[in-house]
Amino acid sequence: MTTRERILGWAFILCALALAPLFITSNRWIDFLELTLFIAVLGQGWNVLGGYGGQYSFGHAVFFGTGAYIQALLQYKLGWSPWLTLWFAISGTAAVAAMIGYLSFRYGLRGSYFALITLAFAEAFHVVSRSWSSFTEGGQGVQLTLNQDPALALATFQFSFGGPFMKAYGFYYTIFAILLISYAATWWMEHSRFGAQLVAVRENEDAAEALGVNAFAVKMRAICLSAAITASGGVYYVQKFLFIEPGIAYGTAKSVEALFAPIIGGLGTVLGPLIGSFFIHGVGEVAKEAIHGIFGDRPGVDLILFGIILVLILAFAPRGLVGLLERVWIRLKARRDA
Amino acid sequence: MEFLGLDLPSYGWETVLGSAISGVFLGSIYALVALGLTLIYGVLHIINFAHGALLMLAMYAVFFLWKFLGLDPYLAMIIVVPGAYVFGYGLQRGIIGKASHGRDEIILLVTLGVSIVIENAALFFFSASERSVLVPYDLDGIDLGVTYAVYPELIALGGSLLITFALWLFMSLTDTGKAIRAVAKERQGARLVGINVDHIFAVTFGIGTACVAAAASLLVPTYAVHPQIGYLFVLIAFTVVVLGGMGSFIGALVGGFLIGVTEQLGRLYLGESMGVITISVIFILVLLFRPTGLFGQRSG
Amino acid sequence: MKNKIKNTTRRSFIQGATAGTALAAAGISGFPHVVRAADPVKVGVIHPVTGWAQYSGSQCRFGALAAIEEVNASGGIKSLGGAAVDAMLGDAQSKAEVGAGEVEKMADAGVSAIVGAYASNICLATTQAAAKHGIPHAVDVGVSDKIVSRGLTNTFRFGPGFGAITKAGVEGFLAVNKAAGNPTKTVAIVNEETTGFGAGIAGIMTKGLAPAGIEVVEVLSHPTPNKDFRNIALKLKEIDPDVLIPSHYYNEGVLFLRTLQRQKVQPKAIYSVLGGASSQYRFVSEFPDAAQYVMDCNHWFDPKNAGALALQKKTNAAGLHYNYEVFLAYTAMMFTLDAIERAGSADRTAITEAMTASTWGGHIMPYGATKMENGQNTGARPLVMQVQGSDIGVINPSEYATAEAIFPRPA
Repeated sequence: MTTRERILGWAFILCALALAPLFITSNRWIDFLELTLFIAVLGQGWNVLGGYGGQYSFGHAVFFGTGAYIQALLQYKLGWSPWLTLWFAISGTAAVAAMIGYLSFRYGLRGSYFALITLAFAEAFHVVSRSWSSFTEGGQGVQLTLNQDPALALATFQFSFGGPFMKAYGFYYTIFAILLISYAATWWMEHSRFGAQLVAVRENEDAAEALGVNAFAVKMRAICLSAAITASGGVYYVQKFLFIEPGIAYGTAKSVEALFAPIIGGLGTVLGPLIGSFFIHGVGEVAKEAIHGIFGDRPGVDLILFGIILVLILAFAPRGLVGLLERVWIRLKARRDA
Repeated sequence: MEFLGLDLPSYGWETVLGSAISGVFLGSIYALVALGLTLIYGVLHIINFAHGALLMLAMYAVFFLWKFLGLDPYLAMIIVVPGAYVFGYGLQRGIIGKASHGRDEIILLVTLGVSIVIENAALFFFSASERSVLVPYDLDGIDLGVTYAVYPELIALGGSLLITFALWLFMSLTDTGKAIRAVAKERQGARLVGINVDHIFAVTFGIGTACVAAAASLLVPTYAVHPQIGYLFVLIAFTVVVLGGMGSFIGALVGGFLIGVTEQLGRLYLGESMGVITISVIFILVLLFRPTGLFGQRSG
Repeated sequence: MKNKIKNTTRRSFIQGATAGTALAAAGISGFPHVVRAADPVKVGVIHPVTGWAQYSGSQCRFGALAAIEEVNASGGIKSLGGAAVDAMLGDAQSKAEVGAGEVEKMADAGVSAIVGAYASNICLATTQAAAKHGIPHAVDVGVSDKIVSRGLTNTFRFGPGFGAITKAGVEGFLAVNKAAGNPTKTVAIVNEETTGFGAGIAGIMTKGLAPAGIEVVEVLSHPTPNKDFRNIALKLKEIDPDVLIPSHYYNEGVLFLRTLQRQKVQPKAIYSVLGGASSQYRFVSEFPDAAQYVMDCNHWFDPKNAGALALQKKTNAAGLHYNYEVFLAYTAMMFTLDAIERAGSADRTAITEAMTASTWGGHIMPYGATKMENGQNTGARPLVMQVQGSDIGVINPSEYATAEAIFPRPA
C-alpha cells in the first residue's frame, strides 16, 4: 500500500468514528464502540512495546492500573481537578515504566523472562494496592464523588449527568480523542528514526547494537511511550466509572485484553490494535447472540466460542487481520490492474 | 521487633516453627503443580498458560470419581493420571502444536486460548458451585507439638518427593526420557539423529499433564474444586519454575519448599495480604540476578 | 443404534432448549402460555454468571427469575391488565464495565427497571449507568455502604448494608453472651480484607463490644481468595481467645473452619458476622462436624413465613442450595414488581416514585414494613443463626427465633 492509500484509509476510518454518533443513536452500540476504542487504546500501548519493540509484556495492567490509581487518588485525597491529575497520571505511569524498564533491560531480560517479570510487577502492584490501605484505600477501592450538576459536567470531567449531547456522547468523544492522540503518536514513532531503531532492536538486538543503536535507550523510550498510552486508558476508565479497586486495576483481565487486540489485529502496525479490538468485541457480541438462540442463557458458552475462534485465528492468520487484509487488498489491486 | 526499619510483630517460637512447617506442606503443593510446568518449559520452551485449567479439569475428574464411584482421591490417580497423559498428548499434537507454527509467542497465546475454552467448558458442564471431598481420615494425623499434620498433607508431601524421584528416574534411565532430554538440549540435532521431535513434544506435554493430574489428586482432599481453582496456584507455580530453574525437577521441589516457607513466614510477619508480596519479590529478584534459577542450565 | 439414540437425544435437546428459551422469553416456564391482554413489562436482570463470582451470580439469577415466574403464574401485573413480566438477562462477567454495558443494552431495549448485580463493585457501575437513563435499579446483595451514599435517586437496596449488619451482629452477640451468663472476656476477629467489608466490621465490633467489658484482642485479616489458614490457626492458638468472630466469603469460610478443626483450635464459640460458610446448607451437609454450633449473623429469610419455605422447596427441587443469594435476589425482584404494581405503569419515573414511597410488607424477609431512606430500606436487618445438628436455626432476635442458642459449645 502506498502512503497515499494509507492516509486515505485512515482518514476514512477516523471520519467514520468521529461521525458515528450521527448515525448511531442506540446507547448499546455507542457503549460497544466506547469499549472497543478503550481496548484499542490499551492495545496500542501494548503494541508499541510488544509489536514494534518485540518485548512482550504479560503484565500491562500495571500501567493501566497505575494511571487509573493516580488519576483517582489525586482527586480523592487532594481534591484536584481531573484535567490536572491526568497529566500526573500519564507522567507518573511513565516514571513507573522507566523503573521497570531500567531493571528489566539493565539486567538483559528478554523473551519469556521479560514477559514473566512484567507479570511479577503487575502482581506486586496488585498486592500492594490491596494491602496498603492507608494509601490506596485497600480492597474497598477509591470511589469518586458523582457530579449530578449539568453545569459542572465539563469541569469535573463527568458527562453522565451533563446536557443531552454530553450524556450520550461525552465519554465516546473522550475515548475517541485519546485514541486519536495515541494513534498519531504511534504513527509518528513508526515513521521516525526512533521507530526504525526500535524495529531493528526487535528483529535482532545484537546486530542492532553492532550497528551503533543504543538498544537500552531505545527500549526505555518504548516502554515509557507504551505506558503513557496505556495510562491514558486508565484515566478514561476512572472518569467514566468513578471507581477503581485493586482487582480492576491490576488484575489479569486488562493485561490479557491489552495483548489480544494487537496480536489478532496485527503486530507492529498502527491499525492492528483497532482492527483487533473490533474483531474481538464483534465476535464476542455475535457469539453471545448466536449462543443465546441455541443454548438459552447458560453461562460460559459464548466465551468457549470466543476461545475457539481465537485459536483458529492464531492458527490460520498468524500475521493478524491486518496481514490478511493487506493480502486481500493486493489481490484486488492486481486483479484491477491486470 | 525491628527488622530493616519495619516494626514487625513478635511471636512465640512455637508459632514461628509451626508456620515454617506449614510452609513446607504448602511448598510441596507448589512443587507438585510446578513439576509438570517445568518439564514442559524445559523441553518445549513454552510457558503453558493452560496449566491451571488442566489442574482444574483433573480435580473435577477426581471429584466425580469420588462422588459416583466412591473412589478414594489418592486411588483415583490410577485412572486420572494415565487419562491426563492421553489428554495432554492429544492437546499438544492436535491443537497447540498445529496452531502455533512453532513460534514461541503464538504458543503462549494458543495455550491462553485453550485455557479460556477449558475453563468455560467446565463452567458450562459442571456449573460454578464448589465441590468438596471429605475423606474419612481427614482429621487424623500426627501431632508435631507445635502444629498438627493431618494425613492428606503428609501424603501430599510424600507424593511430591516420590513423583520428583520417579520423574528423575524416568528421564535418566528410559529411552524416551533420554530422547526428551536430547530434544530439550538440542532440537535440531535430535531431529538429525532420527528422533521424532513432534512426538517427543507431545509425550512431554502428556507427562506434564499427568504430573498436574497427580497434583490434583493430592489437592482435592483439602481444596474445593471450582472452575477458577487453577488461578490460585498457577502464578506461584511460574515463580517456582523460574526460581528452581526451568526444566529442573529438583529445582521445582526445592523452589517449591523455599517459596512455601518464605510465603508463610512473610505472611506471618507482614500480614496475610501483604505477605504474599514475598513471592513477587523473589520472582523479580531471581529474574534479575539469576534467571536460570537455582538448578537450571546456563544457556549458551 | 448408537447414532439413533444420539440423534434423538440431540433433537430433543434442541427442541427442549428452543422451547425452554421461548418459554423463558415469555417470562413463564413450566406453566401453560396464557394469552395476555397487555404488553409485557421488561425488567433487566444483571448478574456475574461467568468469572470469579459466577456461583453467586447464578444463584441470584435463579432467585430473581423465580420471583418473575411466581408473579406471572398468578396473573402478572394486575394494575396493567395482567401484563406479563419479561426478564431480560445480562451477564456482567464479573467485571464492572461489562455490567454497565449490559445496562446500556437494557436501556435501549426499554426496560422499566433493573435488578442486580450481586458484587458491590459491579453494583456501583450498574446503578450509575442506570441513573443516566433514569432507570430504577434495585440492588440485591452488594453490602457496601458506598452504594447508597452517592445521592442517586434511582438506586434502592432492599437488604441491609454491612453497617446495619455489623450493628445487629454486636447486639445479637451481646444478647447471646448475656443469656449464657457473660462468659466471654476476649475475642479475636478473623476477616477478609480484599473487598473491604472486613475492615469496617472490625472497627464497629471493637467499639460495640467494649462497653460490655469484652476486649477484641486481635484482628487477623486475610486476602480473598485465600488458600491457607495455617498461620492464622497458629496465632489463634497463641492468643487463645474465648470467642472467634470470622467474616469472609464462602470458600474461605469453609477452609477456615476446616483448618480450625484440623488444628484442634477450640474456642468457646464461633460467632461469625457475614461468615461465608457459617449459615450455608451446603457447608452443613458436606462438613457436618466442622459446622456444628457455629453461629452467624447474616442475611436470612423469615423462618415462619410460608412463602420463604415454599421458595426453599422450589430451590432445592431445582438441585440448588437455598442460600442468601437466592432469597435476597428473589426479594429485590418482588420489591420491584410490587412497585410496578403500585405505580400501575411501566414508566421508569413512576416506578422510581413508587419504590421511594413503598411500604411493602408482603415479603419473605424479617424486615417488617419497607421504608426507603436515601435508597436504603431502613427496616432491613440480618438474623443470627446457629447450626444445630443438620439444621440451621434462628437464635436471635426472639420474635424470629426457632431455636435456643447453645453457647458456649459443649466440650
